[in-house]
Amino acid sequence: MVAPNTGDSTPAKVATRDLSVWYDDEQALKSISLDIRHNELLGIIGPANSGKTTFLRTLNRLIDRTPGIRVSGQVRLDGRDIFQDIPVEELRTRVGMVFALPVPLPMSVFDNVAYGPRRHGIGNRKALAELVEESLWAASLWDEVKDRLDEPAMNLSGGQQQRLCIARALAVQAEVILLDEPCSGLDPVSTSMVEDALVGLKENHTIVLVTNVIAQAARISDRTAFFLMGELIEVDGADKLFTLPADERTAGYIEGRYG
Amino acid sequence: MNAQRSEKLTFALLLAATIIVVLPVLVIIGIVIKNGVGAITWEFISTAPRDGMRAGGILPAIVGTFCLMIGAMLFAVPLGVFSAIYLNEYAGDNLLTRLIRLAIINLAGVPSVVYGLFGLGVFVMFFKFGTSILAGAMTLSIMNLPVIITASREALSNVPQSFREVSLSLGATRWQTIRHVVLPNALPGILTGIILEVGRAGGETAPILFTVAAFSLPFLPHSVFDQCMALPTHLYAISTQVPNIGLDVRYATAMVLLAVVLIVNFFSIMLRMRLRRRRQW
Repeated sequence: MVAPNTGDSTPAKVATRDLSVWYDDEQALKSISLDIRHNELLGIIGPANSGKTTFLRTLNRLIDRTPGIRVSGQVRLDGRDIFQDIPVEELRTRVGMVFALPVPLPMSVFDNVAYGPRRHGIGNRKALAELVEESLWAASLWDEVKDRLDEPAMNLSGGQQQRLCIARALAVQAEVILLDEPCSGLDPVSTSMVEDALVGLKENHTIVLVTNVIAQAARISDRTAFFLMGELIEVDGADKLFTLPADERTAGYIEGRYG
Repeated sequence: MNAQRSEKLTFALLLAATIIVVLPVLVIIGIVIKNGVGAITWEFISTAPRDGMRAGGILPAIVGTFCLMIGAMLFAVPLGVFSAIYLNEYAGDNLLTRLIRLAIINLAGVPSVVYGLFGLGVFVMFFKFGTSILAGAMTLSIMNLPVIITASREALSNVPQSFREVSLSLGATRWQTIRHVVLPNALPGILTGIILEVGRAGGETAPILFTVAAFSLPFLPHSVFDQCMALPTHLYAISTQVPNIGLDVRYATAMVLLAVVLIVNFFSIMLRMRLRRRRQW
């Protein structure tokens, strides 16, 4: 087991302690203790079935929806326990999620971004319009869609849809954004646009990016965590992890020996 | 036999089956119209029957059938859709919900005359609604529930899980998710079940025979506690109980019944098409 990475003096935005998750009898996460720092971009890499997605879905409790799920250990957001101290709706508002395949809701571009704020009681048209514009700006999408706000979101390209999903999470003032292989369905150009958007967001947001593309983690993450079969093998600055990994298994994955 | 020949043969077989299915519908409608259209006059659809139902019109039966269809839907749609939402969105998969599902499927197989007796025992006698539109509409609604629930559940479960996860991950509550994402996208499918059942509510005879239908009541109903005439029971009465009634009057009554059901279906299908056009996935 890896010791919690607490070398940084700033308190963690999200901290997990001995986090384990079981699907029925199968353990998907094994005692993960990991600090995610304020406004960092943490990349998570690892082969299929290493628990990356489970880890993400635990952080905003979407995992609750899975039948037969069992969670032990702690997850804290700004020091508060997400299972006990924070109402689940508040948690999911503050910790947003972007899925592997872009999922625009079957409504207009505008309504997609306004969906979250509306559910949180913002009805004022002007306030909504401002919020939508702001969020689309922050997701680096505004210029491309400012004349298409009334079009169905399904008409956008894949890369635009994925940035729309990011904007949607921003519109509810998410502080942490979880991304589950957000570029897996995108071409290289769209991928680089999503990556640029993420780098821009780092200033005010904590980002956890699960990716299958090692190069992507190397390109944009501040630190990278390596998961293998439900275990956190190591987490370190991208410069170190990719050049001088501490663990033999990390080196093996990065060099492409498995995964 | 080579692949191309069997392909052609299969195609022909499937096409033939489809035509055979459509044929009876056309023949039934054709015969009803051919024999009945001569008796359709303004008087026939706008006045009450006279001379022991041998003359005059069928207005009270038309009005009664509309009352029953509307009344049945007032009970069946909210009950059915709400329980479908509960079963599909809230209830887990456990022994109880599996039993409930089984019960609903079995309810769909109960013969309609049994619903009639049930309505007589429960609504007419136990709740003392008497033979009334209220009792008849409730009886019909019980008969309609299984199909509405099953169709609604199907429609709800066809809404992609990913839509729910998006809504929840934006901090929406479960009900907000259902209200703003799931239901709007399930509506066309839910409407399909309702369309089927409006027609059945209008056309079934047995459930209303003991609970609401008047043999002959040449007035329009004033309240939900009144008896009323209805087209299917009226058709049954003039076909079996009243001698010397013209064949054309019977067919004309059947034609009006068909028309009422088809008109209601037509409007529901238009509504469904509008809703479907809004859907974009």
